[in-house]
Amino acid sequence: MSTLTLIPLLPLLGFLVNGLLGRQLPTTVVSIVGCAFPALSFVATCVVFRQFLGTGSPLEDTLFTWAATRGFVVDAAFYFDAITAVMCLVITGIGTLIHVYSIGYMHGDAGYARYFAYLNLFLFFMLVLVLGKNLVMLFIGWEGVGLASYLLIGFWFQDPAKTAAGLKAFVVNRVGDTGFLLAAFLIWAYAGTLDFQQVNSYFGMTPPTAGVMTAIGVLLLVGACGKSAQIPLHVWLPDAMAGPTPVSALIHAATMVTAGVYLLSRMSGLFLAAEHAMTVVAWVGALTALAGATMGVTQYNLKKVLAYSTMSQIGLMVMACGVGAFSAGMFHLYTHAFFKACLFLAAGAVLHALAGEEDMRNMGGLARRLPFTFGVFLLGTLALCGLPPFAGFFSKDEILWAAYASERGSVALWLIGMTASFLTAFYMFRAVFMTFFGASRVDPHVSAHIHDAPPTMASVLAVLALGSIVAGFVGLPALWREAFGLSAPFYDLLAPVLGHFEPRADAGHTAEVALMVLAVLVGLAGIAVAWLRYGRAGADLRGGKPGLLHETVSRGYYFDAFYDKVVVRTMDWLSDTVLARRIEAPLTRTSLERPADAGARMNLWFTRLQSGDLQTYVIYALIGLAIVLGFGVAHG
Amino acid sequence: MMGRYELLLALAAALFAMGLFGVMVRRNLLVVVMSVELMLNAVVLSFVAAADRTQTLDGAAMTFFIYVAATCEIAVAMALLVLLARRRGTLDLAAEQELKG
Repeated sequence: MSTLTLIPLLPLLGFLVNGLLGRQLPTTVVSIVGCAFPALSFVATCVVFRQFLGTGSPLEDTLFTWAATRGFVVDAAFYFDAITAVMCLVITGIGTLIHVYSIGYMHGDAGYARYFAYLNLFLFFMLVLVLGKNLVMLFIGWEGVGLASYLLIGFWFQDPAKTAAGLKAFVVNRVGDTGFLLAAFLIWAYAGTLDFQQVNSYFGMTPPTAGVMTAIGVLLLVGACGKSAQIPLHVWLPDAMAGPTPVSALIHAATMVTAGVYLLSRMSGLFLAAEHAMTVVAWVGALTALAGATMGVTQYNLKKVLAYSTMSQIGLMVMACGVGAFSAGMFHLYTHAFFKACLFLAAGAVLHALAGEEDMRNMGGLARRLPFTFGVFLLGTLALCGLPPFAGFFSKDEILWAAYASERGSVALWLIGMTASFLTAFYMFRAVFMTFFGASRVDPHVSAHIHDAPPTMASVLAVLALGSIVAGFVGLPALWREAFGLSAPFYDLLAPVLGHFEPRADAGHTAEVALMVLAVLVGLAGIAVAWLRYGRAGADLRGGKPGLLHETVSRGYYFDAFYDKVVVRTMDWLSDTVLARRIEAPLTRTSLERPADAGARMNLWFTRLQSGDLQTYVIYALIGLAIVLGFGVAHG
Repeated sequence: MMGRYELLLALAAALFAMGLFGVMVRRNLLVVVMSVELMLNAVVLSFVAAADRTQTLDGAAMTFFIYVAATCEIAVAMALLVLLARRRGTLDLAAEQELKG
């Protein structure tokens, strides 16, 4: 077994130890086990990454042949290339940090060991997802992270609302998974293999008809939409905030929800041959980016603001994939993991200080009370708003540039991206002003106990805040690279797999500079508007009577209501009338109830034979003897 | 005409039939057990008749085995009958129908 296999195996060991023995072990041991295995997994990732950099060729490890029939072989195999390297470093690195943070955050919880077991299990499946060499391995991880997500959203299962949120996430993801499976079947039907490299080269070299390519691409996108909370399957993500905040940071911001972007990048060879599907991908991403940002503006719950923001940012990543700039999408995935985890964990520190209060209307003035938390939250926010020199600037700018300058891009996509950026700056600073500035609206009882984060939480916040500042420097825009004679290690790393992004011929340097300046100005404008509306002294934070537009947006464009009224009701009606009465009832009557009744009647008749009278039994024996003897005489 | 062997077999058959009849119709458990003994002895008689006819010891040897088994059986059966009589105060088979389905 190579170091490569150790990467996913270590968190699995952590899960087994804490899951089986956790309740007997003292809390300290549970914490050490829970954090040490992810940390070791991170070390293993670094070792493999060095090996990979040394040779420059992807690493593979085949554990065993899982299924083999004529012309179809599925190996349980791991594969480590540049995309996997980025994903693994993010997952194990940020994952370890969030485990450490959880020690402080979950301290004293009754399900402490269970929490760490689930979190380790999540890491295991997530690593299987990104390390899998073929679609089947990816699917195992895909379903596994869904399970871990379900378990962790409903972690406090005594609250029915939280269990329901977990269930919702699981059910909505099933819709996406159906798309994923259908895509996998189609891929197998045409390419005869599920291995990523072979699939990509097959569809790159000899693509079938445009209709088939579009179908495969769109079905894969449906799968990505379910996991990555893209329209129209985004409805589970806001509800998923019911889970503990570190879970929101790890699963519903930094890693699992980006699995869709990973899938699109992994299948880039296929997507580049599917023009129509690419257009759909780009527009779904763009619309999600815009819708998520607008919904974020109307929320009062701090975690939900961040949830919609995540949805919006992943929309941008998907849009980048859709215009063919896969490496830009991956880069945003990587920087986003830092600053969004930072924001979520800082928000967690706020909730922790306020005894679980999540409504920003009951916060305010916390900058003085929680100076450290305020500092890291502000850094994360600046990174998310895309202001230079923070991490988000480089990645978001690259995406917007690609949306404008790519062969597949358009001014419309760029405008939507810019609008989403403006709204992002607006709602994030709205959150900052409502939470940290102005007069305190905190409940006086709670106010007395406000305290900044304990060391385990604070150190993690500091690392992530630092990441939010510096993580972007590995992927400087082409313009800066040329101007300062620097390189962009991130793009160079991904280039062998995802290629270099080449802008259209007519999109020159002047346009790039102009767009970059414009993007920064738009971000600053968002901040300014937020200050005018929420930051100034005496600003009305409660807002007046919400108008029709506000009502529509704050209710998530009635997606939930629509699904409830149309999908759920229709299913209920169909089940009650057609399936239950017309099909199930007659079917069970003829196939089960009638034979059972006949059996019961026959049984009754047989019981009468058993009279309990000894002499009747003697007669039975005699009849039997007569039959045997008669048979013997007849055939003797 | 019937020889000695045929006469003995006819007697054994008659004894067996009488025993079987007793087992089937008598309601007293003690008499039923006695009838079973009668059937057993009918079989022993047929063994003895066969031994006499073939002039071998096989049938006679079997007789001893059967008597040993029969003695044990009677010892157990009598003990059971005594216990049953004590518990129920009767040996009427009509009262012994607990296993009725």
